[in-house]
Amino acid sequence: MITHPFTYQAPTTIEEAVRALGGAGEAKVIAGGHSLLPLMKLGLAQPEMLVDLRRIASLGEIRTEADGTIAIGALATHRVITHDQTVRAKLTALAEAAGEVGDLQVRARGTIGGSLAHADPAADEPAPTIAFDATIRAVGPKGQRDIRARDYFKGTFETALAANEILVEIRFPAQPARTGSAYAKFAHPASRFAVTGVAAVVTIKSDGSVERAALGVTGAAAAAYRATEAERALTGTKGDAKAIAAAAAKAADGITALSDLVASSEYRKHLVTVYARRAIERAIERARA
Amino acid sequence: MTATTTPTYIGARVARKEDPRLITGEGTFTDDVTLPGMAYLTLVRSPHAHARIRRIDTTAAKKEPGVVAVFTGKDLEATGMLPVFITVPSMSGSKHMPIATDKARYAGDAVAAVVADSREAAKRAADLIAVDYEPLPIVVDAMKALEPGAPIVHEELGSNLVFTYPVKGGDIDKAFKDAEVKISQRIVNQRLIPNAIEPRAVTAKFEAGELTLWSTTQIPHFVQLIAALNLGLGQNKVRVIAPEVGGGFGSKLQVYAEELLVGFLAKTLGRPVKWTEERREGYLATIHGRDHVSDVELAAKRDGTILGLRVRTVANVGAYLQAFAPGIPTILHVFIVPGAYRIPAFDYEMRGAYTNTTPVDAYRGAGRPEAAYLIERMVDRLADEIRMDPAEVRRKNFIAADAFPFNTISGITYDSGNYEPALDRALAMADYKGFEKRRAEAKTRGNYRGIGISSYVEICGLAPSKVNAALGVGWGGYESARIRVHATGSVQVFTGTSPHGQGHETSWAQIAADALGISPNDIEVRHGDTFESPGMGVGTFGSRSLAVGGVAVHKAAEKVREKVVQIGAHLLEASPADVVVAGGKVFVKGVPEKAKNFGDISMAAYLANNLPEGMEPGLEATVYYDPPNFTFPFGTHIAEVEIDGETGTVQIVKYSACDDCGRQINPMIVEGQLHGGITQGIGQALYEGAVYDSDGQLLSGSMMEYHVPTAEDVPAFDLDSTETLTNTNPLGVKGIGEAGTIGSTPAAVNAVIDALSPLGIKHLDMPLTPEKLWRAIRASGEGRR
Repeated sequence: MITHPFTYQAPTTIEEAVRALGGAGEAKVIAGGHSLLPLMKLGLAQPEMLVDLRRIASLGEIRTEADGTIAIGALATHRVITHDQTVRAKLTALAEAAGEVGDLQVRARGTIGGSLAHADPAADEPAPTIAFDATIRAVGPKGQRDIRARDYFKGTFETALAANEILVEIRFPAQPARTGSAYAKFAHPASRFAVTGVAAVVTIKSDGSVERAALGVTGAAAAAYRATEAERALTGTKGDAKAIAAAAAKAADGITALSDLVASSEYRKHLVTVYARRAIERAIERARA
Repeated sequence: MTATTTPTYIGARVARKEDPRLITGEGTFTDDVTLPGMAYLTLVRSPHAHARIRRIDTTAAKKEPGVVAVFTGKDLEATGMLPVFITVPSMSGSKHMPIATDKARYAGDAVAAVVADSREAAKRAADLIAVDYEPLPIVVDAMKALEPGAPIVHEELGSNLVFTYPVKGGDIDKAFKDAEVKISQRIVNQRLIPNAIEPRAVTAKFEAGELTLWSTTQIPHFVQLIAALNLGLGQNKVRVIAPEVGGGFGSKLQVYAEELLVGFLAKTLGRPVKWTEERREGYLATIHGRDHVSDVELAAKRDGTILGLRVRTVANVGAYLQAFAPGIPTILHVFIVPGAYRIPAFDYEMRGAYTNTTPVDAYRGAGRPEAAYLIERMVDRLADEIRMDPAEVRRKNFIAADAFPFNTISGITYDSGNYEPALDRALAMADYKGFEKRRAEAKTRGNYRGIGISSYVEICGLAPSKVNAALGVGWGGYESARIRVHATGSVQVFTGTSPHGQGHETSWAQIAADALGISPNDIEVRHGDTFESPGMGVGTFGSRSLAVGGVAVHKAAEKVREKVVQIGAHLLEASPADVVVAGGKVFVKGVPEKAKNFGDISMAAYLANNLPEGMEPGLEATVYYDPPNFTFPFGTHIAEVEIDGETGTVQIVKYSACDDCGRQINPMIVEGQLHGGITQGIGQALYEGAVYDSDGQLLSGSMMEYHVPTAEDVPAFDLDSTETLTNTNPLGVKGIGEAGTIGSTPAAVNAVIDALSPLGIKHLDMPLTPEKLWRAIRASGEGRR
């Protein structure tokens, strides 16, 4: 459990960080270090340089913009997100997912930006990020660009970020009135990663029927995905138990499910449908509240 | 207890003396011992489960900056073989070198060693060692290992059979002929990984002809003995220190390769050497526990009377026989299988098998959890078969309270017991009568609720020495204690036990305090240093410390007390029979105002100018105590579970236990042992299991895959106790270190099977993971929602 030798830089501006990242040798960005350092200790990652973002103060902020967009800085820790009043009220599924990450120590150090940049297929926060149709803001040598969350997760530990880009912010658009969300998770008993985690975001009409539904699923496949069949099945229904069950049953349609000692692919797909139902139920309950 | 002493501290909830030091980080653990000029050892371990070592190229490693030396197995043969302390009949022992010389027999077997100026350099150099392996066929499964044509782990032994250990009593054929009910069940007790919170470590220095070795061990005196013999040193020149040790559970009950290697290297290289295990390394290189496959047949009458039990088990010992491995599935298992029941006929044949897996040895409970699980599952199978309340089947077959001492059908003698009151209390605590209502209520939520009972008996003490010898145990079953009262009245207790979390510093002080009439706060208990100990100590394992070591402390304290009385009588000009020792004072009965302080007496003992005629100066006593028998604690545990009907996830909703460990010295420590033990046993029932693939690769290779339960996984435990004293020792104490682990696993499994029994499910093997239960529920035709 000893890392290979590496050098270390801790810039104070994003521009400096981008420059450092583009310098000679293989460089990696580090924030909370709770994904990267274990990999380095196991020898699975051997960067020659670490660029530490933690001295860039602006990256830790959570702010609400004029149009209602909630912008969460990449350095916001899981713990801060869990307890942030705005996030809890407006992006409940994200607060719940952040509260389910690892354990207390991991939540106190690990960051949302780190989680999304690392793109572990069993990480929690990707599920609400895609369910809320968030945008990932990245800064590279050519400046800033925004990536739709649904286009961002490419595969296991694979994202749309270029090697010389830094994820700086996750932007969650304002949610319409009568929207409720929830995150339901089956945790790996040992690692606490998601064997299945489903974030449901549901908007209801004044008559109580479902106007819009979004389901982000993590832990089940090579990358977090939107369960579009299930979303379509739920939209337009009364959002009653039968409709929820019918929609949830489609949440694992078409996926190639992961398999490990805790859950075979068959069992995982079953779990996705169970947890999709539980997430949708709670989301609708909140939308109606 | 002696009649003259009224216990003040024995039985009291005295706060643990060791905790402030441990909680504030002031404890010194083996890896904290850092010495000037120290070098670091790293071992290269075979990635193959079975492979001949053709060639090892160390050229590049030797050139790595900071490297002190690189060794292969052949270079280190002078360390000698690793010891096995138990020999059972027909045993086929393996040659076990600290570093393999001919072939690697499991993934993790050490094949080369690097010593360097830093840990980093040692690791870098280890990566540069090129080993040319010739992969060999692999056998992981113990049953398969005994089949003809299986790959042979030790060619010179001719087969993988380690031993055949038969134990019989009564007429088993008649039992099955007379049986109205016969139940056959294969029962698997899966392999577990011990996971002490502190990984192993060894540090050693060799100065002026003397080797000092710090080690994470439960048995410093055995390490001292073997290090002296193997390294060619006088025992007086080997000092072994077990400083703070962070848990063991049997995994530190060894003389490990690394202990001999670090000692040898410190001596040979002339500089201090340290080795510290990594957690993943420990999963491969520290012993595992359990791993039995049993075919069990039970004969009974329709009224629930058990007539006979026939068992055929294969125990997987792994690639090599470890220190106590031959005794775990035999002595500590077979004899206790009849448990709390009067069973007229018994026929057990245990076989051990070598496989290409990490060696298996003692793990908390060591043989007894396997026994309790086996019999308690079978009792529940019987109850299910004859549609009788499992509590009543137990009651019907219990050994009666007036039958003790009781000679079991397996040939041992239970000292004392009274099983029904513990069962009754546990049933009341669990609201057993009201359970069916709760089952019905859970059903309305789509969940399955079950309740499970386990009435266990276990063996503590591991003594006396003569019985040990008859069983093939190559060590004495005694324990040592020395009590030294200094001139000023300060008291030190030196014990041969080696606690690693058990709280002996507190319990032993309580025992000595009552004998000496002083406060436990005025008594310091010292342990784990072979140069400070009374001489030889046996160590801490098998729930033996109190019933043997604690009693030795009591006896030594009584001796010192006797001398205090004699000196007191002399100074007070009274008869010794009238002298009272209490509250830090020594006085004549009825005249407390004319007391001598305890310190006055000790000062007199060392001034030595006014002592009774013929009395030796000084105030200390040493005792080696060898008890006449084992002790047999017992109890009933009841788990109530609810299974999520959709996912198969088990939640333990209520846990009640009534244990009887004889007299309790410190009920708070007893409860602590139970909390940890129950949680650990639930771990086996629901979560844990070492999983190998057919290539002998450990798939559950880290704490990312292997779940060790935490407080989050268990409910608050509802604990009670009964007190049935033993006459095996003067304190009436038994032991509690393993009872929780022994009682809880069958209770939890019985509860889960009970929950699923309406679906026709009779048995499932551990661990009872969500997917396993989901599949069982689905296969039964239910649970498709």
